[in-house]
Amino acid sequence: MASRPIAPPPRPLSPHLTIWKWRVHMAVSIVHRVTGHALAFGAVVIFAWWLASLASGPTYYRLFQDIVFSPLGVVVGFGLTWSMFQHMGSGIRHFIMDSGEGFDLVTSRRMALATFAFSAIATLAFWAFILLGRGY
Amino acid sequence: MGNGTQLGRVRGLGAGGGAVVHHWWLQRVTAVASLFLVLWFVFSLARLPSLDYASTVMWLRQPLVAVPMCLLVVSVFWHFRLGVQVMLEDYLHGSKRVIALLALNFYTFALAALALFSVLKVALSAG
Repeated sequence: MASRPIAPPPRPLSPHLTIWKWRVHMAVSIVHRVTGHALAFGAVVIFAWWLASLASGPTYYRLFQDIVFSPLGVVVGFGLTWSMFQHMGSGIRHFIMDSGEGFDLVTSRRMALATFAFSAIATLAFWAFILLGRGY
Repeated sequence: MGNGTQLGRVRGLGAGGGAVVHHWWLQRVTAVASLFLVLWFVFSLARLPSLDYASTVMWLRQPLVAVPMCLLVVSVFWHFRLGVQVMLEDYLHGSKRVIALLALNFYTFALAALALFSVLKVALSAG
């Protein structure tokens, strides 16, 4: 019988976040992952809860609306909306990079900056439309 | 399937067999689908005259709303399940990884079932 193998000593890990100068390309890549997980564990729960409250009747839906349109709810909603638009923008950047385009330094930097500009403008426009246009 | 040369192996499926390419490709497919469906969802929500219970239910009940909503659930949930899997595989190892991936599957399927059932209940109930 072969004995259980002894675990080798842990391999050295690259200090990947601490030794590099922060650049916008790396920021947009990290933010893509962070926003994706904020959506997966935040927005998706609220989305499923919204549908479930619609299916459960007006009383539950009223509770959902009271919480989501409370001041804290709006702050969380604002952050998740930004996450959604930022993930959308950097996702489109990934499509472009998947096609093999945009890897030269100038274009790469421009595309990374454009994702942040897009998410900021889209988030502000969406919430301005929701809050000012409807009068909640 | 290119087993003859090293180039063939690189052009083929690499060390992970087909699963890695399949994962990568499905992440792109669900990304494209989610892009269109989420844009549809955001614009539709913003354009609804009111978000009160009656008008939201009336809206969700239409076939051309309920069906895209179900597709959105499938596409977005599938997409985030693939993305979270990559993160877990990056940061967790051994039994922790197995347990986390199991929990991820339970989380995804439980929430997806709740969302899909809710859409169908609203869409199919008499009203």
